[in-house]
Amino acid sequence: MKRRQSYEGVAVAVPVTVPYVRYSTRTAHWFLGQAIEALVQASGVKKEQIDGLCVSSFSLAPDTAVGVTQHLGLSPRWLDHMPTGGASGVMCLRRAARAVQSGDADVVACVAADTNHVDSFRQTLGSFSNFARDATYPYGSGGPNSIFAFITAHYMRTFGATREDFGRIAVDQRTNALKNPHAMFKKPLTLDEYIAARPISDPIHLFDCVMPCAGAEAFLVMSEERARDLGLAHVVIRGAIERHNAYSEDPVMTRGGWRMDRDDLYAQAGVAPAAIDFVQTYDDYPVIVMMQFEDLGFCEKGEGSAFVQSHTMTNDGSFPNNTSGGQLSAGQAGAAGGFLGMTEAIRQLTDTAGPRTVPDAQLGLVAGFGMVTYDRCLCTGAVILGRPS
Amino acid sequence: MTMPLMRPKRKNPVLRTRQMNLPPWARGRVALGITAAAAEGRFELQTCEDCGTVQYPPREACHKCLSPRLHWREQSGEGELLSSTTLYHSNDLFFRERLPWRLGLVHLDAGPTLMVHLHGEVGDAPTRVRVGARLDRAGQAVLIGFPNEGSPHMADDKMLREMTSDPKFRKVLVTDGKTEVGQAIVRALVKAGADIVWVGHAEPWKKMGGLDDITALPQVTLVPLDLTNGRSVSELAGEIGGKVDIVINNAEVHRSFGIGARRGTDVAKAEMDINYFGLLRLAQEFGPALKGRSADGVTGSTAWVNLLSIYALSNFPPHGTFSASKAAAHSLAQCLRAEMRPAGIRVINLFPGPIDDEWNQHTPPPKLGASTLANAIVKALRDGVEDVYPGDVAQEWLERWRDNPKILERELAAGGG
Amino acid sequence: MTTTTELMSTAEILGGLVSAMSTGRIRVIDLTQTLTPDFPQIALPPEMGQCWPFRIEEVSKYDERGPGWYWNNFSCGEHTGTHFDAPIHWISGRDLPNNSVDTIPVQHFVAPACVIDCSPQVKDDPDYLLTIEDIEQYESIHGRIPKGAWVLMRTDWSKRQDPEAYQNFDETGQHTPGPSAEAVRFLVEHRDVLGFGSEAIGTDAGQGYHLRPPYPCHYYMHGAGRYGLQCLSNLDLLPPAGAVLICPPLKIEKGSGSPLRVLALIGAQP
Repeated sequence: MKRRQSYEGVAVAVPVTVPYVRYSTRTAHWFLGQAIEALVQASGVKKEQIDGLCVSSFSLAPDTAVGVTQHLGLSPRWLDHMPTGGASGVMCLRRAARAVQSGDADVVACVAADTNHVDSFRQTLGSFSNFARDATYPYGSGGPNSIFAFITAHYMRTFGATREDFGRIAVDQRTNALKNPHAMFKKPLTLDEYIAARPISDPIHLFDCVMPCAGAEAFLVMSEERARDLGLAHVVIRGAIERHNAYSEDPVMTRGGWRMDRDDLYAQAGVAPAAIDFVQTYDDYPVIVMMQFEDLGFCEKGEGSAFVQSHTMTNDGSFPNNTSGGQLSAGQAGAAGGFLGMTEAIRQLTDTAGPRTVPDAQLGLVAGFGMVTYDRCLCTGAVILGRPS
Repeated sequence: MTMPLMRPKRKNPVLRTRQMNLPPWARGRVALGITAAAAEGRFELQTCEDCGTVQYPPREACHKCLSPRLHWREQSGEGELLSSTTLYHSNDLFFRERLPWRLGLVHLDAGPTLMVHLHGEVGDAPTRVRVGARLDRAGQAVLIGFPNEGSPHMADDKMLREMTSDPKFRKVLVTDGKTEVGQAIVRALVKAGADIVWVGHAEPWKKMGGLDDITALPQVTLVPLDLTNGRSVSELAGEIGGKVDIVINNAEVHRSFGIGARRGTDVAKAEMDINYFGLLRLAQEFGPALKGRSADGVTGSTAWVNLLSIYALSNFPPHGTFSASKAAAHSLAQCLRAEMRPAGIRVINLFPGPIDDEWNQHTPPPKLGASTLANAIVKALRDGVEDVYPGDVAQEWLERWRDNPKILERELAAGGG
Repeated sequence: MTTTTELMSTAEILGGLVSAMSTGRIRVIDLTQTLTPDFPQIALPPEMGQCWPFRIEEVSKYDERGPGWYWNNFSCGEHTGTHFDAPIHWISGRDLPNNSVDTIPVQHFVAPACVIDCSPQVKDDPDYLLTIEDIEQYESIHGRIPKGAWVLMRTDWSKRQDPEAYQNFDETGQHTPGPSAEAVRFLVEHRDVLGFGSEAIGTDAGQGYHLRPPYPCHYYMHGAGRYGLQCLSNLDLLPPAGAVLICPPLKIEKGSGSPLRVLALIGAQP
């Protein structure tokens, strides 16, 4: 197979987080506006110089990225609407990087934002996809909880994982979140509390579920040269993969699309998994985090339990995972959940993660996962970020 | 083992009656193919005509070979339970009010993976199950994982009862108890465990026989009911409407005339006055109370049954005006179904072929016996289906009508039944 | 014999009637059953065409269908409830002149009535037939039945409020009282009466089909251009002789009969 073009010469910079709130009466456009204003102020790039825009949001309707251009007074020559939720961070980054490399755009703003009204979650789900409408929603869980309950139960039965194993992931992420001033959850979580929490859709219990909220995450993509001219700390892309509707013949999800393309990912980066200093996994549910550990090559399939038992996943531990707390502790601001790991990874690799800093981190892996349509999520992606040489 | 349903305690009259919140009812057009089959009691999925792949969820092109030639085929539903979960939380009002609720993920032997409601008697994964399709309270098909061997009380499963209209412990109105069919329906309901059967009768001075026998049953109460008399209907509705759980409208006038065989419109008017307008009067008077109690406990109101005729689909010229009145009733019953739907009341239409009674005396067999028809009604209530075509003649005419209604029209015009 | 009225002017006669009615010396008695959907109608074998029962449906009642008014639509047959039979109603009268309700001479709609009380006999026998002997017994006390008078058969049948009892069906058919064939012929041929009135659902007895000829009251009365009244009530309030019946049917083109209001003028009780 012909080797894909590298992402050489592309810089990713200016991680922005618009603080999360549980409910907001504002629209997604407000949070998008706040994010872009912050990008402008932090980067020194004028709004008029942003000539590429990639937007991810579930609550823009009836607008898409097109309406956002007029709403916020932008006139880009490259535009992408990427409503792919948890995979949108990786997917936006890949597209923006190619636009910059080809010269189709010089400065691309990648923004993910969602509002959260009291009935947002139910409204979103009701019209999430054809298959969800026809084959999932009628079965009453009012969300993806039951699907991931099936996946979790099947994984536990097949590989002998226990709730304690999944609890370790949640507990360590919470420890990381305590150093994240933006995190929605502020109190520590013990394994006992995790186990004792009320069932939602067994074996999924309360602390297996993210808290939907309103907020935004964003970053800029430009050439390395431009980043240096602007004096912006930045990271580079060492490799990136993407896959949709992988392993559709698996009757129930036991492996994710990352597995199909991970060799390509590491080959692009020229490293093995052991070289990765931290991972920002997509944590809609702990079982998916565990699958990412396996499918991204950190352990074999089925060894996820043993892996979490033998590693500490805190920022100062042997395998830092979701160093800002992940969605399970920071909250899921809709599609911004797909950007959460990206902005945190950029902060880690530009030494702006403050008390959450993973010591001596050189390479970080950000994984994306999203768009549950029926019985599994369809989109997977991953990117390895590194420091400029 | 399913706990057998116990007769519920009397309702506390000062408490507000729980109203119906329907389960999610949106389905795309292609997905409604499952609903159409489930309405007749079948579980069907699309099968690719070119490569044989069974599709789920329903779609427009084969996910294996892209062929658009996907045809609905009945499924055995045999499969393996991969996973199950019990919901303890839901954002959806219907399910929220009925927690905990069990769901399963089934790998069908035929290929696809299905999310299903799980019958309580299905064990933990891994285990074999049999998937069927039922109509939920929104009148849309949902898939259900059944145990391969069910206990005698499996129909009392809490989830399954939400999909069906079992007459057990319920109160039923049968609009005409003077015919053999009416009396057979009453007997079948009593046997099925109905608590009260109100039996309507009109023109009490016309004695047809058999009414005394069913009046002797302790569950039976005779009530005056003349579907041609609006006041009779409204007075009865005022008296018992608030307690009726199931309405079975079997009242009909059946004469054997086409157009030319009898001058004047009075016979046709008599047929329309009961078969069509009777349904209209009954629905206007009994409908509102029926809708108001559709979530009123385990034995709340649940269904409306119309005795139509297979002649409603295609006119049987020797009984031409009767056929037309049944076609009118059929159309109105579809309207009724739409109006009942927000309350989650199931409207069941039966399309029997000729019944073995005095008005079909000249019709050669096979003819439908009264108790066979009555049993079909009870089965339809228990299965929660919508459209029933009982008997050989009904089944055959339905097949011919679906194959090509114009050809059936010609065949019937030629005098061929 | 010259009576007082022959010496009075017609204005005085009519004025006297009005005056007597206003003082109550002459009273108006209603012999009509109320038209309601519950009142039974004549039931023929199912192969035959049927008379419609009375049915009524609101058009509006000070509501969204008509805010300031109340009115109804109704339907019934010509022979529903208390009703008048015209000669054209029966095959024996089909060709007579002026035989439909719109062509009957209107003066026939005001006529004297003779009330023959058979209620004691009917109490024991619902199939009781009025005989010539009953007529002769009546005349021996109350005088000869005048020409052009109604003969009303009082049976107290109208006191049967329950429709089932009023119809009185069993497996052999209907069991209600009426006149014998001989009695009808006598009234037509020897007394030249105007018509026959009954409290039951038909002028003929319920088992009248089995008389010879079948339904003799209809056959002979209408065959002679005479009339019938059915479903009368309050005959027990009338004197055996001397009442004046007012019974104009609706003026239906070629009508065979119609529901109507039957009134009787009688003197005050002494």
